[in-house]
Amino acid sequence: MLTLEGVVIRLDGFELQADFQVEEGKRVAVIGPSGAGKSTLLNAIAGFVEPVAGRVLWRGAEMTGSAPGKRPISLLFQDNNLFPHLTVAQNVGLGIHPGLKLTAEEQARVERALARVGLEGMGTRKPGRLSGGQQSRAALARVLVQRNPLILLDEPFSALGPALKVEMLELVQDLAGELGATVLMVSHDPSDMERFADAAILVADGVAAAPVAVAELMENPPPALRDYLGN
Amino acid sequence: MKHLLFAAGTLLATQAVAETPVLTVYTYDSFVSDWGPGPAVEEAFEKTCGCDLQFVAAGDGAALLSRLRLEGARTKADVVLGLDTNLSAAARETGLFAPHGKSPVVDVPNPFGEAGAWPDETFLPYDWGYFAFVYDKTKLSEVPGSLEELAASDVSIVIQDPRSSTPGLGLLLWIKAVHGDKAEQVWADLADNIVTVTPGWSEAYGLFLEGEADMVLSYTTSPAYHRIAEEDDSKAAAMFPAHYMQIEVAGKVAASDQPELADAFLDFMLSDAFQQVIPTTNWMYPAVMPEGGLPAGFDAPLGTDHALLFAPDEVAATRETALGEWLRALSR
Amino acid sequence: MAARAVPLKPVNAFAWIAVAFVAAAIFVPLAAVFVRADTMVKVLTSDWSALRFTIWQAILSAVFSVGLAIPVARALARRAFPGRGILITLLGAPFILPVIVAVLGLLAVFGRGGLVNQVLGWAGIEPVSIYGLHGVVLAHVFFNLPLATRIILQGWQAIPGERFRLAANLGMSPGQVARVLEWPMLRAVVPGALMVVFAICLSSFAVALTLGGGPRATTVELAIYQAFTFDFDLGRAALLAVVQLVIAGVAAALALWAAVPTGFGAGMDRIVRRWEAESAVLRAGDAVWIGLAALFLLVPLAMIFLNGLKGLAQVPGMVWTATGTSVVIALITTVLVLVLALSLATARRGWAEIVALSGIAVSPLVIGTGLFIMVNPWINPAHLALPVTALVNTLMALPFAMRVIAPEVARIEADYGRLADALGLRGWARMRWLVLPRLRNSLGFSAGLTAALSMGDLGVVALFADPDFATLPLQMYRLMGAYRMEAAAGAGLILLVFSLALFYLFDRGGRGDVDA
Repeated sequence: MLTLEGVVIRLDGFELQADFQVEEGKRVAVIGPSGAGKSTLLNAIAGFVEPVAGRVLWRGAEMTGSAPGKRPISLLFQDNNLFPHLTVAQNVGLGIHPGLKLTAEEQARVERALARVGLEGMGTRKPGRLSGGQQSRAALARVLVQRNPLILLDEPFSALGPALKVEMLELVQDLAGELGATVLMVSHDPSDMERFADAAILVADGVAAAPVAVAELMENPPPALRDYLGN
Repeated sequence: MKHLLFAAGTLLATQAVAETPVLTVYTYDSFVSDWGPGPAVEEAFEKTCGCDLQFVAAGDGAALLSRLRLEGARTKADVVLGLDTNLSAAARETGLFAPHGKSPVVDVPNPFGEAGAWPDETFLPYDWGYFAFVYDKTKLSEVPGSLEELAASDVSIVIQDPRSSTPGLGLLLWIKAVHGDKAEQVWADLADNIVTVTPGWSEAYGLFLEGEADMVLSYTTSPAYHRIAEEDDSKAAAMFPAHYMQIEVAGKVAASDQPELADAFLDFMLSDAFQQVIPTTNWMYPAVMPEGGLPAGFDAPLGTDHALLFAPDEVAATRETALGEWLRALSR
Repeated sequence: MAARAVPLKPVNAFAWIAVAFVAAAIFVPLAAVFVRADTMVKVLTSDWSALRFTIWQAILSAVFSVGLAIPVARALARRAFPGRGILITLLGAPFILPVIVAVLGLLAVFGRGGLVNQVLGWAGIEPVSIYGLHGVVLAHVFFNLPLATRIILQGWQAIPGERFRLAANLGMSPGQVARVLEWPMLRAVVPGALMVVFAICLSSFAVALTLGGGPRATTVELAIYQAFTFDFDLGRAALLAVVQLVIAGVAAALALWAAVPTGFGAGMDRIVRRWEAESAVLRAGDAVWIGLAALFLLVPLAMIFLNGLKGLAQVPGMVWTATGTSVVIALITTVLVLVLALSLATARRGWAEIVALSGIAVSPLVIGTGLFIMVNPWINPAHLALPVTALVNTLMALPFAMRVIAPEVARIEADYGRLADALGLRGWARMRWLVLPRLRNSLGFSAGLTAALSMGDLGVVALFADPDFATLPLQMYRLMGAYRMEAAAGAGLILLVFSLALFYLFDRGGRGDVDA
């Protein structure tokens, strides 16, 4: 269970409140108008932004105040998910050990993860020599080896074509299933949400609402969502 | 066993070193360089003294005095060699030097004492020279014959800054000695001859050799270097009615723990073995003419009536006035 | 987005140690000189005019060096041509030359009997004189144009190629590209470059005096020298040194305040092609800039080279020993500078940079004197010749290394800091896997610069002189002082070759596309 308890985030005059829980194993879309604070919400959970009030808990343990790297979270950004100067295998290996001191077994795990995402034999390449889709796969391979129970996606696939994006989302779905992980994903596309998510958190007017089942939400959208969807 | 032998060897070696007394002489850089007088002097003195002569080089003459002042009575120096008569009053005032107690006969045309006698009781001279403007005979035909003629001509010169260089200070005092109250006017007249003022002798001489000016402030002995070391007879020093002198001196440090050796060194300094090295290593005139006389290629020095020099205790006050005049005249 | 603003982390222990070390190395000796000074501190009126001249010539030198460096760097950034790498290395040469070598090289071109006046003479035009304020500025531009060019060129290369592709895609004109992409970069880079050149010229001594033409061109550094050696007024020497430091500090603070972070984000570091700048006019313009800069910098170098060749045969053996000594000191200095610069740069604080920058404007004479006062009662100073030389060289070179490394570290943190945080990359792991590899270019350049600067630095403080320990520049000066101008020119050539070789090796080692 991910719990946000009376969380208030304040950044340069902008304020966002969040007070909700997400059940484990769920895939939740984070939707809402541009600039409403979707990325900020993820950053607060990941530990890049400290809330001015409230607590963030995972399985009842408080995470607020601990360093981003210490939280049980895997995170993919919009860009810069790979270090361009390291090989793909090294980038993935960082998910196991930040000092890259890997045992033979761990190296094999990296290879298996690469194979699992369809990058078999590409471990020695630098990211600059991969296509956009392959770069996303490499980042997902790292998520796989990190084995974190909570995955946050901040529109990492927005630069990909529609077919490729669907492919990636399916891959995330599979990987999350294998890991039994909870996923929070920022999304702009209602069809992504319907295809991928169990529930959705609507971020609008300074409030991140509690997750609501997607079907329910689409059937009876609140005014803010209606404005956002534009119909 | 091996270690023991080694240890014993080290012990013996240390003892041998400890038994040889060390005479420490502070001097300027160029004295100890391979082409300076240092190596020959060290070899000759160590043959007779049964000691280890160690030179400590500390920049130029002015830096040498600064170092001594910083160290004060704790200095390790037994002898300081390389001050000149412009610095000797300040050096004497530090109270760090002991009288040498000698009355040598020297071949220095000494304008502030009797010829041949040496009046300074603290410092002894080891070499000397005249400042002069040096030029290239193949390039400059109309050579000025005096400071006024130089100022009136359109001959270009490079000089050194009196605030950072010994020859620069020499020229400042030279003009002051010849022209007294009119010195500032002479500097003003010279201003259009001066191509530039360099921080040290090396830069000025370098510029002259590159052809940046017709003449450079240096020594009457400079052409001898080109004649002897480079077999080049093209350089000459312009002869003026009178030339300012530089006399380089050495003194015994009062707190020395080797006073006898220091005395022996000062005696040695005025002997032939030291003096005959001076002309072709320091390119100055020896303070006591060695038996063989000057090497071929050296001009005989000008006599006493051509020599100018302020007494050491007049230098400080004169320098301050003259420096003010210089700054005013050249800043216009 | 607000989330881009990664909060500053607390300063790590290494940075504190580095700051403490540098501050102590500068301020403790300075304090020692003050304590030892027994007279009342007084400043002469001539010191004030020296101060005015010093600041004025430093401002002019900085403005001209950086102003000319911008078009040269832009031309180099957007043109690929054979020999470009070698040219960039050679362009760096004047910066690392001992002053007197460089001045003689300049005079061979611009002096009374130099090439320029020979050409003017054939054309029947009156010869021009290099001596005066313009000569001082000309020499300072000669020394600092290459450095300014390199700093600004780095700024250009830091703009990701994606941005230029985007600009091309949007059909931007050269003017629009300049406004949208190049101007923000220059806003961030130019103040730093101006500050560095200003601070270097602040402590100019031999150039200003030799080419200045007379006492009008008196600088503070000469006043310090005079106070110390001729007047033995330690208090005044130390006070003037403090004045020099304060001016450099103010300049540094101004530059840090004026430098705006670019926020260009990261690109996948591919070779940049510039579609908007492919017109014949722009190509010709760039060619002219590169050509002029090359002529201005390389012809004096060629003269040094030719003069040196003649003297090479006369170089005595001790020059080679001195070369070895200088190389050893250069390597020690390089290691020290890189460790300090990295530690200070990772602190990412303005004050860390200001502390590092102090070294640029510090008077070696005063630092040396302070150290001497401190150690002399206990240790024979001659035994410390090597460490003291390396220390002084480190203080002098650190500001340059910082100027190159600090903005890069800031950029790396802005681009990849969050990812590294999310992965828990901290301490040595962050250094090893993120900072060092991404800094490779800057580290190589800094190392090359430091090694070459150290080679060319007269450095050795006379008070610590050891008869058996002499650096190459010192031996060269000694040769000059003993009339041996040709042998000195030969030694100057050896110095030039070794400095350039060290620079080239380090810089080359750092170059290359790490992401391919």
